[in-house]
Amino acid sequence: MSQSNMMNQNNMPNGMPPHMNGIDSSHSSRDSSPTVRYPYMTQGPMAPHRPIPANQLPPTSKTINQLSQNYSNLQINNQLTPRTSPKMFSTSTPNEQVKDNQSQPAIDRNKSQQSQGGVLSPIGFNHSATSHFSNVALNGNSVSNLGQTSQRFNVPSNFGGTQLPHQNSLPSNAVAPPPRPPLQQTLSQPRLMAYNNGPVPTSTSSPQHAVPQNHMTQRPLMNQPNRMPNFNLQPSVPVQSPATRMPTQMRMPNSMQQYPNMHQQQHHQQQQQRYPTPQQYTNQLQASDQLPNVTSNSVHQNSTPAQDIPIRANLHSNRYPTQPQYNQSHQQQQYTQQTIPLQQQQQQKLQQNFYQQSSQNVVQSGFNKLWGVENFDLLQTPNILPKTKVEVPRITLGNELLDHANCKPDIFRCTMTKIPENNSLLQKSRLPLGVLIHPFKDLNHLPVIQCNTIVRCRSCRTYINPYVYFIDSKKWKCNLCYRINELPEEFQYDPVTKTYGDPSRRPEVKTSTIEYIAPSEYMLRPPQAAIYLFLLDISRAAIESGYLHTVCSVLQSELNNLPGDTRTQVGFIAYDTALHFFSFADGLSQPHEMTVLDIDDVFLPCPDNLLVNLQDCMELVTDLLAQLPNRYNNSFETGSALGAALQASYKMMASTGGRVTVFQATLPTIGPGALISREDPSQRAGSDVQHLNPANDFYKRLALECSGQQIAVDIFFANSQYVDIATISGICKFSGGCMYHFPLFKASRQSQNESFEKCLRRYLTRKIGFEAVMRIRCSRGLTIHTFHGNFFVRSTDLLSLPNINPDAGFGMQVSIEESLSDVKSICFQAALLYTSSKGERRIRVHTMCLPVVNNLTEIINSADQQCIIGLLSKMAVDRSVQSNLSDAREAFINVAIDILTSYKASQNMGATSGLMVPNCLRLLPLYISALLKSIAFRSGVSTRLDDRVKAMCDMKTSPLPNLIQQIYPDLYPVHNLHDQNVIENEDKELVPMPPILQLSARNIDSNGAYLMDMGTHMVIIVCSAVSSMFLNHVLGVSDYNSISDEMYELPSLDNEHNQRLHLLINYLNDEKPMNATLQIMRDSSPNRNMFFEKLLEDRIETALSYHEFLQHLKTQVK
Amino acid sequence: MFLSDPLLFAFSLIVSGLILFLQIYYVIILTDLESDYLNAQECCSKLNVWVKPKLGIHLFLTFLLLIHGHWILSLINLPIAAWMLYDIIKTPCGNMGVYDPTEIHSRGQLKRHLRDCMIFIGYYMIFFFGYLYCMIVSLLEGDPINRDDEGLMEF
Repeated sequence: MSQSNMMNQNNMPNGMPPHMNGIDSSHSSRDSSPTVRYPYMTQGPMAPHRPIPANQLPPTSKTINQLSQNYSNLQINNQLTPRTSPKMFSTSTPNEQVKDNQSQPAIDRNKSQQSQGGVLSPIGFNHSATSHFSNVALNGNSVSNLGQTSQRFNVPSNFGGTQLPHQNSLPSNAVAPPPRPPLQQTLSQPRLMAYNNGPVPTSTSSPQHAVPQNHMTQRPLMNQPNRMPNFNLQPSVPVQSPATRMPTQMRMPNSMQQYPNMHQQQHHQQQQQRYPTPQQYTNQLQASDQLPNVTSNSVHQNSTPAQDIPIRANLHSNRYPTQPQYNQSHQQQQYTQQTIPLQQQQQQKLQQNFYQQSSQNVVQSGFNKLWGVENFDLLQTPNILPKTKVEVPRITLGNELLDHANCKPDIFRCTMTKIPENNSLLQKSRLPLGVLIHPFKDLNHLPVIQCNTIVRCRSCRTYINPYVYFIDSKKWKCNLCYRINELPEEFQYDPVTKTYGDPSRRPEVKTSTIEYIAPSEYMLRPPQAAIYLFLLDISRAAIESGYLHTVCSVLQSELNNLPGDTRTQVGFIAYDTALHFFSFADGLSQPHEMTVLDIDDVFLPCPDNLLVNLQDCMELVTDLLAQLPNRYNNSFETGSALGAALQASYKMMASTGGRVTVFQATLPTIGPGALISREDPSQRAGSDVQHLNPANDFYKRLALECSGQQIAVDIFFANSQYVDIATISGICKFSGGCMYHFPLFKASRQSQNESFEKCLRRYLTRKIGFEAVMRIRCSRGLTIHTFHGNFFVRSTDLLSLPNINPDAGFGMQVSIEESLSDVKSICFQAALLYTSSKGERRIRVHTMCLPVVNNLTEIINSADQQCIIGLLSKMAVDRSVQSNLSDAREAFINVAIDILTSYKASQNMGATSGLMVPNCLRLLPLYISALLKSIAFRSGVSTRLDDRVKAMCDMKTSPLPNLIQQIYPDLYPVHNLHDQNVIENEDKELVPMPPILQLSARNIDSNGAYLMDMGTHMVIIVCSAVSSMFLNHVLGVSDYNSISDEMYELPSLDNEHNQRLHLLINYLNDEKPMNATLQIMRDSSPNRNMFFEKLLEDRIETALSYHEFLQHLKTQVK
Repeated sequence: MFLSDPLLFAFSLIVSGLILFLQIYYVIILTDLESDYLNAQECCSKLNVWVKPKLGIHLFLTFLLLIHGHWILSLINLPIAAWMLYDIIKTPCGNMGVYDPTEIHSRGQLKRHLRDCMIFIGYYMIFFFGYLYCMIVSLLEGDPINRDDEGLMEF
């Protein structure tokens, strides 16, 4: 079966060089009402505290419970968390101080802001940092950094039964302490400590674990009485309002940590009751049968840490040790140094004790950090965003060769870098499981193989890949279905060294992204030629927008660059209330226009010459393109027969397949597939968004028919009014097409026209694959149950993609159907069979291998936050369409709550004051709060329905890096580039790399200039007090006021300041499929809202600030 | 009213038998889809054709039972009719029917449809035998063999 399916498609070399052209639309202008917020109005009274409308509030727990049951789509069930707090968000903030601040008169606020050093602050709250600072000072600690407090709280709390850093630092090869019945709780805690800190040098393997446990349990007891009472004098620092101004360097070296304060002490007292005495503890241990017996202390003292390591490695069934062993030994040594004296000198002075303890904590958290498993208290860490691009978590398989061979994360990415062993473990972690794939990404180095037989598994048809097992030189075992297959003779031959023998030298086995040139079995028909048909809307609205001029001129200049070979064909149809066909018959001196008025029953006016060979008819086509823009200037037809035009193009291309490009400027109101305007402009700001669903099934039906004939339909919307993208998008979604949207398009607007032109250019010249299918296979035990993207799922795992383009991304949700406990790793393999524009059938194969683990902590620490966000946003789009928008919004919040709750449960943290997140998920709440304010999911802010629907479509199809940039744009300060770090670009030039700032007005300084990179668009905002050096040398203007409102490019000046900025912008553009459009504006420009509405962390009238969002999460995380 | 009871039940028997066969056809098609013998488009177009006739014939039967005064039977028939009606009504207007080829593979819809079909089969199976019983009872009610007379004659 699979083979027959595969044969439907074929393809050719992707012969095109990876062009940097193309894509992606249109985030550009949005009109959405700017009443909203000017994040930094320092003067002017502001309504001190405006309540947020009820519908904007995150759900209370009641709805959450219902909701998360509904949420089964998201793979997150409600089993773990009983949530009870019925409080509404606005009232339940634990931090009274925040509220106080907010109700302060505005003027006071301004003062306090100013007093804090000129940086502007977010609107929503206020900074009364001074009081906190004084607290700190009283503590007698020299630390001036409030951010420290987070660590200060965490660290001591280990001892109080909230063991987070301990478990955190658990070496990965330690046997999982997976969720345990409550009775064993106390037991497991000390055991965990032993794992990390264990001095434990033993020559025999068994006793080593127990010994340190003794220490651990004793230590707190010893320390207890020594505690100096006056540490109690200071009230613990309350949860900091995020507004509290943090010095920019948040995370300080651990060695500067403060010593325990009252918090810690409380924990100690509790702990005294909770921990069993060492003796009891030992007994328990024995009883529990989890660990070997305890032996005498002397064993412990005599042995060396070094001896311990290998033994430990054996002890635990380590599948994939993630954390390097040397860390362990290092840590152990350090710890030994501390504990031994502790044991020997039971009567220690109090100060010493403190040092012991704190330095040990420092060591722990230091190593946690080294392993990337440290955690953060979000409420204490407002500057959570790393200064450079967020790193992609690496997949570690315990074998460097295999790790190296794994698929690049920008092509294939999973929401976790380690797969849970069974479904219940996955449910406990509350993380969504799925993969994101960008299969046709432009690649620089792609091994292409031509061979007679492509080696595949005989039963599951998996392509051979680096993760198969070679049983001997003649046999291999499939890593997906575990069947043993023969290896063909040919495979023994190594084309590189031209020798026979070792099959592991073949490129198929060395790299997991590879392309095969497919032999004829993979073709059902001869590979199709590149065929392009253009449908041009020429209704009145379209003519007025002037898009035709742009399209025709770009097309004219790129005609020779269209991917294809000598067989390439093109055709044109223009449509208003009638269809205008253009015939390029032999012997005509100019194109012949034929108008068909009967649009209800479409027919083709002549059987051929509508689609013609481009090279043969180049002159006629150029002629037509020159005439078209002005040909219909006098037409006043308002209707647009899009449906009929699509039907006609289906008829034209049904026998060949190809690509239809539609330019639509107005709502199709006539003929088949006619639509009526469903949007009520007065409801744009409402919380209940309707009409996200298609109005009829015409476009979907037609798309499926097209898909069957290998026709893909792409649409450019250049509309000035509602065009019902929700309905029309069906034609792209199910035919594997793509969509671009230019709202309120007018060719006379330079920036719009420029971005339209760029998009179109990239679109026309980028690589394209025809008659494609993609199949995703995964290891036995896993099932892919939901697909996201533009395609038609023809059978369970086969996606039919009439066209594939390099800017299309896909997502899949995966479920674990069977236990994976008998395997060490699982694989996903995506195979894309396509016909290149040169008429060559090719197969591109990507394989990703992930380790399987059985430890909840490890799973949570292996989460890939960006990928999770990518998948969640796709799921949320589905949910808003099937249910409604507010469900989707609530689902987002529930996911955050669930994940944080499960982390807390897994760490057994008990009641901590903060909102703890593991390192790998620290940006999740930030991204989720940004998503709730994104165009797709915001509510209460005036958003055109089309913009919203388009944003949702983007979420489904954008590759992950673009998506993240759309959700949370990068903000760079560019006024002081000479002071910044530099990095080298591909040409070995030094590029200044300013730190990425969080999107909050507190980071916007009135004497700065900032670049915001939103993916397809960049904005440089120049604040009023910027230095004249910057204005003169970088922007080439004399003063601030002479920056025009229409500045769309950065002048090239002959000085290094200007060149630095150019380097930076070029560097940022290098990673994109096409250069972003640039706009430079003053902070008083009428367009500034484009910039300021992206300051997503600040509170706006209708949505919570990031900090408020965290506070809400905190009340819900139990 | 129009039909004698035995005739009515015989008709019901035939109708529920037909629907039963239709459901079995559904299951076959869906399992074919599951095992890739059929593509989603064909499958859905085959299934969608029968959704409304099935509901129509079921409603007709319910109505027939009602006007013949078998209100308990028709009441028992109502929930299932309501379920079918609900399935049709809640289908979003952009979908191509209760079974939509673009969605049938996602979010476990296929499994849900199969489960629904099984429930229907069980339900119609029970009704099939229920009608059979009712038919026999109603046939016997009229005492068609005239045993009483015979008895009288004998004794």
